Amino acid sequence: MSLLVVLQEVTKAATDLAPLAKLGAAIAASIAVIGAAMGISKIGASALESMARQPEAAGNIQTSMILAAAFVEGVSLFAVVVCLLVAVG
Amino acid sequence: MKFWKKVISVSFLICMLFSTQNFVVAENKSDEEFKAGEVIIEHVLDSYDWHLFTWKGHHVGINLPIIVINEGRIYSFSTKRLHDSATYVTTDKKTGETITFAIPHEGQYKGKVVILGADGSQKRPLDISITKNVMALFISCTLIIVLFYLVMKAYQKRGEKAPKGLQSLIEWLIVYVRDDIARKAISEKCVDRYLPYLVTVFFFIFINNLLGLIPIFPFGANITGNIAVTAVLALFTFFITNLLGNKEYYKDIFNTPGVPWFLKFPLPLMPIIETVGCFTKPFVLAVRLFANITAGHIVVLGFISSIFIVAKISMAGGVGMSVFSLILAIFVDVIEILVAYIQAYVFTLLSALYFGMASKEHHH
Repeated sequence: MSLLVVLQEVTKAATDLAPLAKLGAAIAASIAVIGAAMGISKIGASALESMARQPEAAGNIQTSMILAAAFVEGVSLFAVVVCLLVAVG
Repeated sequence: MKFWKKVISVSFLICMLFSTQNFVVAENKSDEEFKAGEVIIEHVLDSYDWHLFTWKGHHVGINLPIIVINEGRIYSFSTKRLHDSATYVTTDKKTGETITFAIPHEGQYKGKVVILGADGSQKRPLDISITKNVMALFISCTLIIVLFYLVMKAYQKRGEKAPKGLQSLIEWLIVYVRDDIARKAISEKCVDRYLPYLVTVFFFIFINNLLGLIPIFPFGANITGNIAVTAVLALFTFFITNLLGNKEYYKDIFNTPGVPWFLKFPLPLMPIIETVGCFTKPFVLAVRLFANITAGHIVVLGFISSIFIVAKISMAGGVGMSVFSLILAIFVDVIEILVAYIQAYVFTLLSALYFGMASKEHHH
């Protein structure tokens, strides 16, 4: 009985949850940034290590590193776009 | 004389460094609050007129034409008639009744031109207005065409001699696209089919990204940060990949070699996965470009807005904040120039990879 009352109250107050949605969007965006930062730092670290092992291949490695970093960043920007949509709509 | 040349060139350099700022003009009349979120979103989205600045409370801008088609009849009028929530009443060209255009401020069609019915209903006509992004596209495409026309003329005039000036800058980029992007990804036999499109898309994205960073009038519109523009570019890549793909390519999608039969026969799982992959690749291209460029603009605008936010609290704090904000904003703007190049490179490289995979010859 009391659970039903609680649920009714929650659905009545559902329109008041907009600030919570914005908080959720902000937290989600920062989690996405953490993922991107971890990915790109792994890419950078392995690129630097392999450039140190074989300096002749430095040009190739640098190009591949920038390419891979652009992909990882693209994925995190999907999350940012979704968060923007939630925060302003 | 050498000293004055140095003075002029150094001051020019300083002006160029500071010119990569996106100055936010607060649209407040008297003591309205500075709503940073709204100002930033306004600067990043498309709009019906091109707002230049606010002079003593007056909104100064270029009023672009609104062109709509309602049931086969074209109506065009200036944005000036719809300023400040006014409505534009005219006669319907076929039935002779009055027809009312307006831009509602809330609801489903917020910010877009609608036709108001007598009972307050809103109907959205086919909208082919010249908006800010369309105008900016005209300007930047004219610039690109003039640029390449000059380079072509230079090649015709100079023949086999070494390139000079503008020609040497553009030639370096075109050769880079041809050798390091196209020829690495596509087999020698088929490169020439795809090369014009790849060079065009590279320069289109690169130049439009750069022009979006300049705040002075004819530039400064966020073109490549408009999902419609990037979606069209991705659609081009999608159509070229699939229309010029060879039988090998379609066999790899619908009858992937090396995959056991039970993934294909009663429930065609593998073909479904491959087809979904075929559609997500251009979608990802569009969203990657859109999100990168828009996010960059939002970051710079956020830094500049923070000056105004702090200035509302205390003017001295605002002055101090502006030093830090400008330094950070310059730093982010320089990164944005790098991002402009990287996004053009990644879009072109991925398009070339998709073309290469679609026209690959079977190796025995």
